[in-house]
Amino acid sequence: MASWPILSFATFLPLVGVALILLFCRGNTPDVLRNVRYISLWTTLVTFVLTLLVWANFDPRNPGYQMVEKAGWIPEFGINYHMGVDGISVLFVVLAGFLMPLCILASWESVQVRLKEYMIAFLALETLMIGMFCALDFVLFYMFFEGVLIPMFLIIGIWGGPRRVYAAFKFFLYTLLGSVLMLLAILAMYYVAGTTDIPTITATQFPRNMQLWLWLAFFASFAVKVPMWPVHTWLPDAHVEAPTAGSVILAGVLLKMGGYGFLRFNIPILPEATEYFAPLIYTLSVVAVIYTSLVALAQEDMKKLIAYSSVAHMGFVTIGMFALNQQGIEGSVFQMLSHGVVSGALFLCVGVVYDRLHTREIARYGGLVKNMPKYAVVFLFMTMASVGLPGTAGFVGEFLVLMGVFRDNTWVAALAATGMVLGAAYALWLYRRVVYGKLTKPDVKAMFDMTPREIAVFVPLIAVVLWMGIYPSSFLNVTSASVEQLIQTYQTKLAASHAASGVSVAAR
Amino acid sequence: MTAVFPDIWPALPEIFLALSGVALLMLGVFRGDGFTRPVSYLSIVCMLLAAILAMGYGSGRVVTFNGMFVMDAFGVFMKVLVLVSAAFAVILGLGFNEREQMARFEFPVLMIFATLGMLMMISANDFISLYVGLETQSLALYVIAAFRRDSGKSSEAGLKYFVLGSLSSGMLLYGASLVYGFAGTTSFDKVAALFAGGAHVSPGLVIGLVFVMAGLAFKVSAAPFHMWTPDVYEGAPTPVTAFFAAAPKVAAIALLTRVVMEPFGHLAAQWHQVLVATAILSMVIGSFVAIMQTNIKRLMAYSSIGHVGYALVGLTTGTQDGVRGVLIYMALYIAMNIGAFAVILSMKAKGQMLEEIKDFSGLSKTNPMLAATMAIFMFSMAGIPPMAGFFGKLYVFLAAVAAQEYTLAVVGVLTSVVGAFYYLRIIKIMYFDEPAVVVDKVDDDGMTGVLVLTSLFTLLFFVAPAPILNGAAAAAAALFAG
Repeated sequence: MASWPILSFATFLPLVGVALILLFCRGNTPDVLRNVRYISLWTTLVTFVLTLLVWANFDPRNPGYQMVEKAGWIPEFGINYHMGVDGISVLFVVLAGFLMPLCILASWESVQVRLKEYMIAFLALETLMIGMFCALDFVLFYMFFEGVLIPMFLIIGIWGGPRRVYAAFKFFLYTLLGSVLMLLAILAMYYVAGTTDIPTITATQFPRNMQLWLWLAFFASFAVKVPMWPVHTWLPDAHVEAPTAGSVILAGVLLKMGGYGFLRFNIPILPEATEYFAPLIYTLSVVAVIYTSLVALAQEDMKKLIAYSSVAHMGFVTIGMFALNQQGIEGSVFQMLSHGVVSGALFLCVGVVYDRLHTREIARYGGLVKNMPKYAVVFLFMTMASVGLPGTAGFVGEFLVLMGVFRDNTWVAALAATGMVLGAAYALWLYRRVVYGKLTKPDVKAMFDMTPREIAVFVPLIAVVLWMGIYPSSFLNVTSASVEQLIQTYQTKLAASHAASGVSVAAR
Repeated sequence: MTAVFPDIWPALPEIFLALSGVALLMLGVFRGDGFTRPVSYLSIVCMLLAAILAMGYGSGRVVTFNGMFVMDAFGVFMKVLVLVSAAFAVILGLGFNEREQMARFEFPVLMIFATLGMLMMISANDFISLYVGLETQSLALYVIAAFRRDSGKSSEAGLKYFVLGSLSSGMLLYGASLVYGFAGTTSFDKVAALFAGGAHVSPGLVIGLVFVMAGLAFKVSAAPFHMWTPDVYEGAPTPVTAFFAAAPKVAAIALLTRVVMEPFGHLAAQWHQVLVATAILSMVIGSFVAIMQTNIKRLMAYSSIGHVGYALVGLTTGTQDGVRGVLIYMALYIAMNIGAFAVILSMKAKGQMLEEIKDFSGLSKTNPMLAATMAIFMFSMAGIPPMAGFFGKLYVFLAAVAAQEYTLAVVGVLTSVVGAFYYLRIIKIMYFDEPAVVVDKVDDDGMTGVLVLTSLFTLLFFVAPAPILNGAAAAAAALFAG
C-alpha cells in the first residue's frame, strides 16, 4: 500500500492542469495557445505516469481493494470519500491515463477554435473518468459517473460536426435517463444498508424481490452506457458528430463504464437477479453482435461503421461477463481493454484522413495505399486487431469470451462466433474501400502521408496492441485474482440464498 | 386573571427587523429618494443582523406569546435562509432599480416588511399568527410586484398577484375557520394533542385541512395553483422576481411543512394523497411546460414550479428524512436561483435588459465568465453532479425511496430528465449557437459579488457539504422532537 494517496493524485492532477490554464493562459495569441497545448500534454503525461505507478504498486495476488484511501466526507450520513482499486478496475485507470495524452496529441492541430475550453473539458473529463474507476463509495461513484456527461456534452456540442446539437442532446438525455434510475437503486441500497460504502454493500444480502428491481435499475444505466441493443442508437450519432479525440474517449473509456458497472455492481451485489436475468443479457448481446455487425456492413460513413462495430464488440463483453466463469469474465475485461485501445486507434485513423479531406464518407476515398503507405500499414494493423487476428489484442479477449461462454451455453457461443466472421467482413471491406482500389480522385491524390506527430500517436498504440496480443499474461495476471474472488462472492451469495429459500420451502 | 408580559426573546429577530424597518422608512421619508442607496445598504445590514440574532438562538423549542409563536432549530434554519436570500435580492435590485428609474427608498423597506412577514410565518404556532404573518408578507409583496407603476406589465403582475393571492388567503382562512369549528382550537399544539389522543377525524376538519393546504400550495406556487406564477414572474421587475422565487418560497414551504407536520402530523393519511397529487402535477407541469417558453423569466417560473414539486416529494413522505430533504433542497435551490437571476439581471445590451432566451445566443463567446456561471446554475438545476442541485435531489429522493414512495420517486427522476432538456437548451444556446447580440460587461460590483459567491457555492458545495446537511438534519429533528 502506497504511503501517499496516489489514486487521489492521479484523479485530481488533471484539475491542476485546468487551474494552470485558467490562471496563466490569457488571450488568444499563438504563444498562449501553444502553452495551453503543452500544459495539457504534460499534465496528461504526468497523470499517465501516475497511473503506471498505480499499476506498479498493485499487488496482483491480492484480490481485494488496494491503495485504499478513506476520509470522512459526510460522515453523519454514512458517505465517505473512499477510493481504491482492485484487479478489475486498475487497468481501466491505466487505460484512461494512456489514451488521454494521445487524445491531446491528436487534437494538436485539428482543434483551432476555443482551444482553451477544449483542453479544459478534456482534462476535467480525465479527472472524472479516473475517479469513477477508483470510487468505492456509491455517491462518489455516481458523481463521477454523471459528471462525465457535462464535459462530453460540451465536447460534442461545441467541437462536433453538423448535427452536433442533436447528437449532444441525445447522448446526454439517453445516458441521464438510465442513470437517474440507477440513482434510485443506489438510494434504495443506501436505505437498506445505511451506508453508501461499496464494499459494505457488496457484503449485504438483499431480498430476492428487491434484487430484481435493483438489477433492472442498474441495467437501465449500464445498458445505455455499454451500449446494448436496443438502446445503442445514441452511440452512432454521438460518434459521428464528436471530434476525433471525443470519439476516442467515448469508445475507449466511456463505454467501459457500463461494463465496469455490471462487474462491480450487478454481479456481486445482486447475484440472484444476475442469475435470473443472464438469459436476457445473452439474448440482447447476441442480437447486438449479429444485428449491429450487419448494420455496420451497410454504413457509408467511416465513423458510423466503427461505432456500430463498437456495439458489436461490446456485445462480446457483456456475453463474457454473464457467462460468470473465470475465462468469460477475464475475457470480457481483456476485451474491454483491447477494444479501448483498438477502437480508439481506429477513430484516430479516421481522424487522420478526416483532417485532410474533411469528410468521413467512405466513397470519397480509395487508393490511399499509393500516396499514404505508412497510413495504410497502421490502418491495416488496427483493422486486423479489430477483426481479432491472433497475435493482436482483439484475439485474446474474444477467444477467452467464447471459451467462457461455450462452457455455459454452446448456442450463445456459436451465435457469437458468427459475429466474429461478420466483423471480419465489415472491417476488411471498409479497409478495401478506403485504402485499396484506384487512386483517381484528385483531392485524395493530394493527401500527404502521416506526419511525425501522427506517427508518434500511433506507435504506442501499436506497441500496446502487440503486447496485449503476444503476452496477455501481464494483463490477465492483474485481473485474475479479483475475478476469482468476484465469482466466489457471486456463488457463495447465490448458494446462501438458494439454501435459505430451500429451507423456507421445506418449512412450509 | 393576570396579564403576564410575554417572553419576547424568541421573537428578537422579528422585533429587531420590525423596528429597523420603521426606522429606515422614516430615514427615507426625511431624506427622500436620493437616499435610496444608503437605505438599501442599511436594510441589507439589518437583515444580516437579524440572521445573526436568529442564529444566536439556541436549539431548544420555546413557545411564547400565549402559544402563538414558536422558535426552534427548524425556525432558525429557515429564518437564516429567508434573511440571507432577501439580503441578496436587495443587492440584485440596486443597479437595476437605478437604471430603470425606479430607485425609491420604499423598495428595500417593503422588502424588510415582507421578510418580517415571512419570519412570522416560519414561527407561527397558531392559525391566527399564521394568517397575520402571511398577510404581512403578501401585502408587501403585492406592492413590490407592481413597483414599476408606470409599466403596464408590472401593474398587471401586481394586480394579478393581489387578486389571486387574496383568493388563496380567503381559502386558507376558510379552511382555518373550519378547522377551528371542528377542532375547537386554533393552536397548533392543541390540534396536535387532540389527534395524538386518537380523536375522531370528522370530514369537516379534513375539508378545512384541504382548504388550508390549497391556500398554502398557492403561496408556494405548486400545481394546480401555479397559474399566477409565470405571469407575475414575467411582469414583475426582475429583481422582484428574483426575490419572489427565493425568500417567500422558503417561508411558504416552511409554513406548509410546519402545518402538516405539527398540528396535522397525525393526519398523514388525510393529507398524504393531496401532497402526492400536488407534487406529481408540479413536477410534470414544471418540466413539460417549461420546454415551450421563450422568455427566460417565464422559464424560471416553470422551473420554480418544478423545484417546488421536488421539495414536496420530501414533504410527502411525512418522515424526518423527508423534512431534512426539503430543507436541504430549499437551501441549495435558493443559492442557484439567486445566482441564475443575477445572471439574468446582468444580461443587458446597450443598457437594455434582455429577457428572451434567444438573447443568450453565443454568450460563451461574448462573455465567457457569465456564460460559465449560468451553465453552472443550469447544470445544477438539472441535478447533474457534482453541482449542488444534485445533492438536493439526492436527499429528497432518498427520503421518498425510504418511505417506499416509489411512484413519486420514479416520476421525479423521469421529470428531472425532461427538465434537464430545457436547462441544457439554455446551455446549448449559450455555447453551441452563434452570438446574436453583444452583452454588456457586468459593471456592478454587488452583482459580481453575488455571481461569484453563488456560483462558487453551487460548484464547490460537494467539497464540504456537511455544515448545511447537518444543519438541515438538526432542523428537521427539531420538528419531530416535540
